[in-house]
Amino acid sequence: MTAVATKAPTPKNPKYQQNPKNSARDIPARIFIWIGLLAGAGFAGLPVLWMLSSSFKSNREIFEFPPRLLTESFSFDAYLAILSDPSRLRFFINSYVVAICVTILTLVVAIHAAYAFSRFTFRMKHPLKLLIISVQAVPPITVLIPYFGIIVALKMYDTYPGLIFTYMLFTLPYAIIMMTSYMNSLPRELDEAVRVDGGSSMTALWRVLVPVSVPGIVSVGVYTFMIAWNEYLFALTLTSSESMRTVPIGLQLLMGQHSFQWNEIMAMSILGSIPVLALFLFFQRFFMSGLTSGAVKN
Amino acid sequence: MITPLASEPASTARPEGPGDPPPSGTSAASAPRRRSHLGRALEPLAFLSPTLILLAVLMVLPIVLVIGYAFMDNVVTNPDPEFVGPANLIEIATDPTFHIALRNTVVFTVVSVVAHMILGLTFAMLLNSKRVSVTSRAVLRAIYVMPWLFTVAVIAVLWRMLLAPSGVINYLLSTDVEWLADPRLALGTVTVINIWAGYPFFMVSLLAGLQGIPGDLYEAARVDGASPVQQFFHVTLPQLRQIIVSLLLLDMIWTSAQQFALIWMTTGGGPLSSTEMLSTYTYKLAFDDYEFGLASASAVLVLLVSMVLAFFYVRHEKARES
Repeated sequence: MTAVATKAPTPKNPKYQQNPKNSARDIPARIFIWIGLLAGAGFAGLPVLWMLSSSFKSNREIFEFPPRLLTESFSFDAYLAILSDPSRLRFFINSYVVAICVTILTLVVAIHAAYAFSRFTFRMKHPLKLLIISVQAVPPITVLIPYFGIIVALKMYDTYPGLIFTYMLFTLPYAIIMMTSYMNSLPRELDEAVRVDGGSSMTALWRVLVPVSVPGIVSVGVYTFMIAWNEYLFALTLTSSESMRTVPIGLQLLMGQHSFQWNEIMAMSILGSIPVLALFLFFQRFFMSGLTSGAVKN
Repeated sequence: MITPLASEPASTARPEGPGDPPPSGTSAASAPRRRSHLGRALEPLAFLSPTLILLAVLMVLPIVLVIGYAFMDNVVTNPDPEFVGPANLIEIATDPTFHIALRNTVVFTVVSVVAHMILGLTFAMLLNSKRVSVTSRAVLRAIYVMPWLFTVAVIAVLWRMLLAPSGVINYLLSTDVEWLADPRLALGTVTVINIWAGYPFFMVSLLAGLQGIPGDLYEAARVDGASPVQQFFHVTLPQLRQIIVSLLLLDMIWTSAQQFALIWMTTGGGPLSSTEMLSTYTYKLAFDDYEFGLASASAVLVLLVSMVLAFFYVRHEKARES
């Protein structure tokens, strides 16, 4: 405290700011920060490390005493057991089909809606925008009961379309809000030039606006995929046959079997997390800024 | 507003056709001169039509129905529903299990949200420290964000393994505790799991917020002789206030509404209702007991709570914009 206070008036202050490692008085602060950082890393990372380690063990070793991170029976057997079982592979196929379809459909629908909100003025604009924002706050459990009946009546119970349209309810509002604010940040002259030349709105949207909106579209797409990949409640309620179950439900089915194969459960958890982890690796920058500033700013 | 001009209403009436563009644009292109005032007014609605149809059929209709069901008996599975007035709502509101579920939901949500905030802000500030090299920060950031990247189902099975009686947490603490099966501990345990799973969202948002604070504010504070603690309370917190309020409200809405999967896959609401939440309570009424009228009444009460939170959120966002 005093260090900063006495240093403050000296003209060297900016230099202190740029290169703090040179300051000997800084060492206690750095130690303090590193203790915090490492404690945090343990809190966040150790459970994940244990999941990884358990997936390479034999089931007998998972609860052995004392616990070890690496055991002599290290193997990929648990992964092979998951990947060689067609009924479990099916969970993955289902999750991929549903999440990819949801992502594509959400993007197409949201781009059109965002275009309307961004480039037109019309009487219902603000009520509709408010509706779309508030839809995000409707608890899934509230709509679940009548929803079940509606999906059955639409003959979409236990089908891909049933899940896909359902997930779009949760992905669309966010996607529309994000895409609208992205398009609002693009100059109007871009697409108005097309319309002045006699081009249609569709031309202006797809030939001009969409190509320059790719960064926004990618970030919305990543987030949409994640929501669809992770959904649990509706996947549980709107499907019944094992061949329609998605990864989260498949995990639960694995837990429900009488003898817990913990190594296989962990292997499946990791396999089921790979798509999102991969998206994170590729779009880390976006995860760290765009996603959240958009979500918070609306 | 929506009657003449054949091409426009046709596109509005068309069911889910997100793949094919509303025809308004093409018609306008073939005959640009013919585009009337009304056509221009309908064009945005044509662009919005897939969204509006989807929301109307799968969101607005269910909400209307669930409110209707709340006042009826013999709904969904039974062919002759019967209007019973507020009887269902009264029965739910006086059910002791509902009170437990409500209390648990409040405790779970408030503790989770506050802890998310504290952890998220602490980690964000540690990661923002200029005293740590850029590489270390990038590595640590990737570790800190990890819990966020796992789906709730994975988080649930992972923690069930860690917390098992002979699991690694009992080993590290030298205890022999049934974390999820002891009625006195279960609520605290699921709350800790939820804290672990949810803080990265705060951390990432607050980190972006911290990086947006102009450096000269700190410079000025230092020149005025402000200690790091004073800088935190007089520069950092006021600058982040708007983001923090937004995050708190958003997280309240999410946590209170979306905790179903975590609870369902760890404790199922037990033991002895000790982790019963409004969502699990409602789900059990509907899909275990087939009491759809009562379940709808409970669902409507859940909706009311969420709408109150959403109202404050939207109001806050409006205030931020202006």
